[in-house]
Amino acid sequence: MRRWLAPAVCVLVVLVALLAPWVAPYDPDALDPLNAYAPVTARHPLGTDDLGRDLLSRLIHGARTSLAGPLIVVLAAGAVGATVAISAAWFGGWFDALVSRALDVLFAFPGLVLAITVAALFGSGFVTPVVALSCAFVPVIARVMRAAALRERNLPYIEALRVQGFSAWHICLRHLVPNLAPLLMVQAAIGFGYAMIDLASISFLGLGLQPPAADWGLMIANGQPSILAGFPQQSIAAAVAVVITVVAFTAVAERLATRFSGDVR
Amino acid sequence: MIGFVLRKLAGVVATVAVASLVIFGALYLAPGDPASLLAGGQQPSPEALAEIRERYHLDDPFPVRYRHWLTGLLSGDPGASMVWKEPVTALIGARIGTTMLLVAYASLVILTVGVTAGVVAAVGGRKVDQALTVITTVLMAAPAFVAAILLIWVFATTLSWFPVYGSGSGFVDRIHHLTLPALALSGGYLAYVSRITRTEVRAELASDHVAAARARGLPRWTVLRRHVLRNAAPPVVAVSGVTVAGLFAATAVAEQAFGVSGLGSLLVQSAARQDLVVVQALSLLLVTVFVVVNMLVDVLNAVLDPRLVREGVA
Amino acid sequence: MTLLEFENLRVSLGDRPILRNVTLSVAAGEAVGLVGESGSGKSMTVRSVVRLLPEGAAVTGAVRFEGADIASLGAAGLRRMRSRDVAMVFQDPRAVVNPVRTVGDFLTEVLRDQGVNRADALRKAAGSLSEVGVDDASRRLAQRPYELSGGLLQRVVIAAALLTEPKLILADEPTTALDVTTQEEVVAILDEQRRRRSVALMFITHDLELAAAVCDRIAVMYAGEIVEILPADRLHTEARHPYTRALLGSRPGTVPPGQRLRTVPGVPQSALTAPPGCVFADRCPHAEDRCRDTRPAFRGSAACHLLEEVR
Repeated sequence: MRRWLAPAVCVLVVLVALLAPWVAPYDPDALDPLNAYAPVTARHPLGTDDLGRDLLSRLIHGARTSLAGPLIVVLAAGAVGATVAISAAWFGGWFDALVSRALDVLFAFPGLVLAITVAALFGSGFVTPVVALSCAFVPVIARVMRAAALRERNLPYIEALRVQGFSAWHICLRHLVPNLAPLLMVQAAIGFGYAMIDLASISFLGLGLQPPAADWGLMIANGQPSILAGFPQQSIAAAVAVVITVVAFTAVAERLATRFSGDVR
Repeated sequence: MIGFVLRKLAGVVATVAVASLVIFGALYLAPGDPASLLAGGQQPSPEALAEIRERYHLDDPFPVRYRHWLTGLLSGDPGASMVWKEPVTALIGARIGTTMLLVAYASLVILTVGVTAGVVAAVGGRKVDQALTVITTVLMAAPAFVAAILLIWVFATTLSWFPVYGSGSGFVDRIHHLTLPALALSGGYLAYVSRITRTEVRAELASDHVAAARARGLPRWTVLRRHVLRNAAPPVVAVSGVTVAGLFAATAVAEQAFGVSGLGSLLVQSAARQDLVVVQALSLLLVTVFVVVNMLVDVLNAVLDPRLVREGVA
Repeated sequence: MTLLEFENLRVSLGDRPILRNVTLSVAAGEAVGLVGESGSGKSMTVRSVVRLLPEGAAVTGAVRFEGADIASLGAAGLRRMRSRDVAMVFQDPRAVVNPVRTVGDFLTEVLRDQGVNRADALRKAAGSLSEVGVDDASRRLAQRPYELSGGLLQRVVIAAALLTEPKLILADEPTTALDVTTQEEVVAILDEQRRRRSVALMFITHDLELAAAVCDRIAVMYAGEIVEILPADRLHTEARHPYTRALLGSRPGTVPPGQRLRTVPGVPQSALTAPPGCVFADRCPHAEDRCRDTRPAFRGSAACHLLEEVR
């Protein structure tokens, strides 16, 4: 049962996000000021917020942006990071040195600072933080991938393939990339949790999605004044959603990591 | 060793130099007219725009403008905020003490509790280890803003031991005010440091030189102190250092959540109002702090484990 | 006088046997070589003397040091024995000397723990270093392990072993990790020093000739059992067990140049897969039915059913 808990939670969250319009009991943006701060009842399983919107529906719809953001970040950062890393390891020489320097500089920007700076320039929203965070994740993934690609490239079988006259493309795409794919997958899976936390932080700071969007980070921030008024449901529900999702995805990622560590290292 | 430090220092200078170019150059990648961006998100009059173009030398070629900005920074004058109508140095000066205190407070919590928990998990047996693993797993998934919300909820409604809003004045009052922000900030990092410590201590416990020390009849505590902890220290220091370096940026969340007036909240508020002069200066400052702290950690590590210096040379 | 005695020692890890039945005694000042292939249980035999076995290892039978059962030692007694009576020299000096501490720290820490003051401990350490042929002792004491070559570092380990004036040294393949050229030197120093102080030695190696050169007696191990024990000087003439003879025959130099080297046929047996009968039966060229069905008892110097038949 424990073995299946984390994957089951992941699947559930993803399904809820995909099917949000059908699963959610209410329109997440429907205002009902007369029914603000409704307590937990059968009609409103999580109560309502300060504008009378149904919290469960908002939470369900919030799963969409809250999952899509980190997914795009790890896909983009993974694709760019792996490409850069493998070409750097393959070509070596000045290209590798240049890439390594560039990664070092990018590394000097803490993800949050980069995202805030970019938000200041390009304005807040969904796209800006996702792009900024993707940039911040590239060096993290690229470093690991470059080290692995270098190790792999220096293995005798690559030399053997070259001697047999296979092209660099063939060796890279048919041998190097497939052999590094498990490591990339693990990196992306681990990054997903971090990306989710970072994106939610940016939303929380008011530099991501703007009201009235239903997004978990935003819901936590917007619910903060209500806590002092004695209605913590909104913030707490969204916070719990973030924590459970991150724990579940990270647990699955770590299991992947231990499964693959045998053939990666 | 001196060569090692100098090489690291050169790396820091180079990285900060490139970072400054990126931060300054990014202004020109942004959509819209730099002048109206520099006006701080307001709708300025044509005269004001002209005044901004003049003050920021916007009609000069890029290298000249960059040089102006850089000389300003180096001479201690990064300009004035368009939103706050105050010099950036004054804005930073008023807040840097609070942020430093917050970072120091959080670092203290992270290092003492994190390292202790890690060592206890590694040597304390199966039950203790499992319990601590559960705690660290939850903490790692609870980012600062979640921890902040929970702390505010508990301390605003049930307990009133600590204030949930504001920075306080005077040392004791400030510590009192910064306790919850520091705790919110520490959680995830603390768990991370504890995990790394546990892994490193376990690796050392299983190593041949520790087995040899035991075979020589050294007392358990001596083996733990002189061989296990001493050898596990460099990686733990490295991770803790990176963590502390990252704290400066992470203060943004904790300061914003608890209404603390520090560099982090200044950065967020400036970004929200597109106050670019402040954002540029602050992000360069944060990047510099991050890089410098990382360098200090590298040097400290080289002192702890002289092999690192040699590898650096080879 | 018997210093160390193994009596029907069995060690298993979970349901996996590691040592199946080891009986052996070492007299004070005597050098005994333990010879066998990897996985035959040599290291475990030696490690059981200082109770340095893997976690969860189950031990039956007895190991007695100076007549006292080691299993009955308390924590303090065990530490006392480890720090004063028995010293170990391991295979890879790089792995066993703490890489971040100085050579001086390594040499003096046991003495310091015994209450010797720092200056005296350092002086003794320097003396011990010069006895094992390390020049410039005072400089070496301040160096760190990575600054020394493997051979030099192994001498440091030997110096540390001698420093506490033990009665027994356990040497677990002390030269395997070293360059061929330094191997002989290191063995010679170990041999010379232990003879001069008449310290007993258990010497693990897979090299029969080396064992014969250093030791008084040789015990040959196979799959967690001792199959033959012989005086070193009669190894070539009196080896009876087919495994010992196969080992003797598989060395380079026993066949004329150009001919194929002889090997012991088959795959080395581990204690785990050992059959109910003789552990060597599967690879033995002379094996008969009884070899596969019943375990041979130790008769004279060897455990074999066919001592009379095989000549």
